Amino acid sequence: MNVSSELRRDAATYALGYALALVLTGCAFATVFFNLFSKTGQFATVLVLAFIQILVHMRCFLHISLKRSSRADLQLILFSTLIIALMAGGTLIILFNLQARMM
Amino acid sequence: MSGVSEPELTHAGLNLSDEPVGERVQINSDVFGFWVFLMTDAVLFALLFALYGTMEGRTAGGPSPTDDFKFHSAIWETAALLTSSMTYGLVSLALKHHARRLWIALFLGATFCLGAYFLGMEIHDFMDMFDHGATPEANGWISSYFVLVGMHGFHVTCGLIWIILMCLQMAVFGLDRRVKINLIRLGLFWHFLDVVWVVIFSVVYLQGLLR
Repeated sequence: MNVSSELRRDAATYALGYALALVLTGCAFATVFFNLFSKTGQFATVLVLAFIQILVHMRCFLHISLKRSSRADLQLILFSTLIIALMAGGTLIILFNLQARMM
Repeated sequence: MSGVSEPELTHAGLNLSDEPVGERVQINSDVFGFWVFLMTDAVLFALLFALYGTMEGRTAGGPSPTDDFKFHSAIWETAALLTSSMTYGLVSLALKHHARRLWIALFLGATFCLGAYFLGMEIHDFMDMFDHGATPEANGWISSYFVLVGMHGFHVTCGLIWIILMCLQMAVFGLDRRVKINLIRLGLFWHFLDVVWVVIFSVVYLQGLLR
């Protein structure tokens, strides 16, 4: 691959990431600003959009992919995600459960 | 490493083609080490988010998200930070494709300005909140808010100082291997802060502004 076509491909990755990030952010803010669904529905929409946006940032800005060459990074991130899910999820479950019992 | 399993260019901005294979392996492991740091930082933020989640709505009759959050500042802060990620992307591209040092400095400057704009806006909002009694000790919700968003703001401040240091390093040492690796690390750090901000505007600001 020659240098200029590689440059074009790299630039396209960043441009795509930026455009997707703006669109997803715009959708999230619009959902809440225009009061589109019920409260729960809005929050669920915002969370789903945030999740997609995190994947976009990982792919386009942080260059994490499923290719073999970046597996180590991917495994590190997935392991950290597991740890985070256990710790943050555990905190939320235990404290909300405690709150429910005290009500 | 044999020729078959030569490490590829796994990180954009990494211009390894002119480095010997041994050096490439070293660079890859340096960058991987920084990823490990970023993930420990992610754990820190995740636990602050969990804390915020348990404190959500615990306003004890004091300041609450509906009084203190403003749509327009959340939008502009987000726009500034997203755009700064894009300008740092341009730094990485310039680095990878041997652009002149002036371009790299220019894109770094743009990133710095956007980051500083973000931070200025955040500090302005904090001051506004202080002015009408929304201080960290007012209730559980606002304590956790200031710890979480303040921690992100502190990271952005560190990022801004780091950008200045990188400009100095570039001026003194030129674009040698060490400076290149530092620029790659700074890029990972900056993009990572953007990811954290995505969660902050979703979980903190947009949840607070739900009607």
